[in-house]
Amino acid sequence: MTPSDPSPPGARPWFPLDDRPPCCEPKPFLVTEHLSVRYGEKPAFLDVTLSINTGCITALVGPSGCGKTSFLTCLNRLTDLIPGCRVSGYLRLGSVDVLSPQTNVIYLRRRVGMIFQKPNPFPLSIRRNLEFPLREHGMKDHEQISATIETVLRDVGLWEEVKDRMNAPALSLSGGQQQRLCVARALVLSPEALLLDEPCSALDPISSGVVEDLIASLRGRYTVLTVTHNLAQARRIADYVALFWVQEGAGRLIESGTVKEFFEAPREALTAAYVSGMRG
Amino acid sequence: MPESIHRRERIVTVFVWTGAGVVTVIFLWLLGDLVWHGLDRLSWEFLSAAPRKAGRAGGIGPILVSTGLILSVCLAVSMPIGVGAAVLLAEFTTDDSVFGRLTRRSLDILSGVPSIVFGLFGNAFFCKILGLGFSILSGGLTLACMVLPILIRSTEEGFRAVPAEYRMSAAALGLSRTATLFHLLLPAAVPGLMVGLVLGIGRAIAETAALIFTSGYVDRMPESLLDSGRALSIHIFDLSMNVSGGDANAYAAALVLVGLLLLINSTASWLADHWLHRRIVLA
Repeated sequence: MTPSDPSPPGARPWFPLDDRPPCCEPKPFLVTEHLSVRYGEKPAFLDVTLSINTGCITALVGPSGCGKTSFLTCLNRLTDLIPGCRVSGYLRLGSVDVLSPQTNVIYLRRRVGMIFQKPNPFPLSIRRNLEFPLREHGMKDHEQISATIETVLRDVGLWEEVKDRMNAPALSLSGGQQQRLCVARALVLSPEALLLDEPCSALDPISSGVVEDLIASLRGRYTVLTVTHNLAQARRIADYVALFWVQEGAGRLIESGTVKEFFEAPREALTAAYVSGMRG
Repeated sequence: MPESIHRRERIVTVFVWTGAGVVTVIFLWLLGDLVWHGLDRLSWEFLSAAPRKAGRAGGIGPILVSTGLILSVCLAVSMPIGVGAAVLLAEFTTDDSVFGRLTRRSLDILSGVPSIVFGLFGNAFFCKILGLGFSILSGGLTLACMVLPILIRSTEEGFRAVPAEYRMSAAALGLSRTATLFHLLLPAAVPGLMVGLVLGIGRAIAETAALIFTSGYVDRMPESLLDSGRALSIHIFDLSMNVSGGDANAYAAALVLVGLLLLINSTASWLADHWLHRRIVLA
């Protein structure tokens, strides 16, 4: 496909990898060194050393069961909630040693928002979904809360769709709207980074496109780490790509690099096979 | 559709409808019998007056008050302990932990223990060891012990029925466990709590054996929680077994008991719906 390809009407703009607007500085925000996660004795992934750059979109790709989601959930210590889960290695977020027992997990999770594969708004009204986290994190002023809610809903393109029914149940929204509400719920706490676990895979193609555009629009303002099964999506929205693969019964990081290197000049044979569709 | 499948469908349909029909008929028969024999005795006078001639004449006023007090003591003690224990079991212990398994097994055995055993325990512990004597307090506390296993287990089920995603996404938002518990899990677990409460109240209000040994027989108007008080079920038992010519008033009292049960249960579920509606909105 080239830029001169006749695109079907309504298709999102596509541009070659070189023309992508510069959006981020290669300054590491999240750094892992020899990071491993095990469930009991079973390793999810082993020995991952990776830097995630500030303000960029990094896509984690690879087949199912190679530890991508486990990698994501240990970054905000959500793995603490899983019985028998052990995380080892070194993980730094900004200047914070994430795995240190002294780290304030509540504050850490406030800095790193997370979006799950299945949209999971709380069974509350649309407004309460956003108000509840704000209040719990100390915002009490009613007008300030309303203003913040409006800002994030505009950010995710949901404001016009829901402004007249803020007290309706969040679960009455469509799947795509629910997922955008979940993004808004994460953004409402002004995080620095967002972790997205296949945010589009449970959605229909149209909603998926809307959410994908939303993720792309976060570039530069947030450090975004997204897991995806969709290589074309990674190519469209990511600045950096990292490939995970199962080797000897455990997930491993095979290769990471800029999206251009990854797709056009992969260093590893496995990456080349995966990108060309021969593997995976 | 082939004939054999058609016949099988019909057999199953008849079987299912017969089951439901038998249950409904038994309930209606029971209710009809009570209404038939008891309704003409029922009046404001009967509900408010004190019993005379060992209950053959007069009403059930003091007995209703004692029943209400016993039930209140029972609920005031069992609700907080029950919800607390359910939270501990559902949210803070894993399925395979020794503590969780042991507690759940104990509760399941306790909920099957005959009420007379609870009565004897209550008599020994509350009446004698704690020195509360035959009193409404002893009776209410004994009932609380009896109701707790049912209440804890069904409230725990209520918490377990709340999808794990709520906990995950709340944790991912940096919400504390307390906030998650009070704003999300507790409102979402209310249906389970209500099932436990309705079953518990049903068991408590109909209880006779456990109360004979703890709250006693006295049919005077109680003046404090340390007075002995006769529960409605004991009154019915006494009138129908020990008092000749007490049948008519026994029927009327039984009708009041069933009416009370229906009233409490529907109020509880209305309150739950109301509360649930305010906090939790499903699509």
